[in-house]
Amino acid sequence: MNFFERLTGKKSANNAKERLQLVLIHDRTDLTPAALESLKDDLIAAISKHIDIDPSSVRIEVEHEGRAQRLIADIPLRVASRRRSG
Amino acid sequence: MTAKVITVTSGKGGVGKTTTVANLAVALAADGKRVVCIDGDIGLRNLDVVMGLENRIVYDVVDVIEGRCRLRQAMIRDKRLPELFLIPAAQTRDKNAVSPSDMVRLCDELRPEVDWVLIDSPAGIERGFRNSIAAADKILIVTNPEMSAVRDADRVIGLLEAEEKAAPSLILNRLNMNMVRRGDMLSVDDVYDLLRIEVIGIVPEDENVVVASNRGAPLAMEGKSVAGQAFRHIARRLNGEEVPFMNFESVSLWDRLSKMAWRK
Repeated sequence: MNFFERLTGKKSANNAKERLQLVLIHDRTDLTPAALESLKDDLIAAISKHIDIDPSSVRIEVEHEGRAQRLIADIPLRVASRRRSG
Repeated sequence: MTAKVITVTSGKGGVGKTTTVANLAVALAADGKRVVCIDGDIGLRNLDVVMGLENRIVYDVVDVIEGRCRLRQAMIRDKRLPELFLIPAAQTRDKNAVSPSDMVRLCDELRPEVDWVLIDSPAGIERGFRNSIAAADKILIVTNPEMSAVRDADRVIGLLEAEEKAAPSLILNRLNMNMVRRGDMLSVDDVYDLLRIEVIGIVPEDENVVVASNRGAPLAMEGKSVAGQAFRHIARRLNGEEVPFMNFESVSLWDRLSKMAWRK
């Protein structure tokens, strides 16, 4: 076990696989992490106009199924506690 | 005869395309099939030396396309396997001397004459690559279990998808099982997980590949080496046979045992 391995507790092949997974998503979709972040901001702004959400808990990521990519957005809704009455 | 045209490509250079073409060609021809290899790397000809036919070149693929010779004249017959031929690349021209439709025409002329046409694509994704895939019925992507090779393979697979070519198959070359076991090399499963195309061959790293190219006699010609055996298996799979993948665990155990025996 070399120094780097001890530091991260990870074998280099795992490292390679994880790095490649990210690189391939970006290569395939032409979507950079920065572009994804800005998409997320726009999405939050658009949805907030209609429903009450917590911007900090919104997750957006690219998942793959075989060679197909899909954009997954997980947007938890706030409990409608402030529902207006009468 | 109606030949099947197979193109071997990779994106990244140096992963073993030429070695793969030479070995598959030898394995198919040794099985009694009539095989023509075309070196698609215009300007950087190499398949001739790997096959040991460099001293017999008179005409090349550009001569055929530009009508300076007949197809037959540019087909160099192998010394050892009379049903194996090479059409070499031009060395003093550039890739623009050939177009994709030239390659389609050339392959159409070859189809009735032979069983297999194997095209050795150049590295990269430009003209030479486009020429090489134009006539392909089947595309084989060679990669190594390594970051840049896998990334480039994925890029090429994406380009082929965009062209709506038939799904390519993967040859994972230069797998070092000792490194995989140590956790220092991507495994076959890792690479499959990343690329998600059918794996048609797994070729272990083998010093004999260099020895064979030094001699100009592809490995698949004789019996012993593991890489040669792996290439012969791929050739049989191309012929539609179901061949189980080699058990590299036991291969390396055998290696270890024979090394131990050496030491005594």
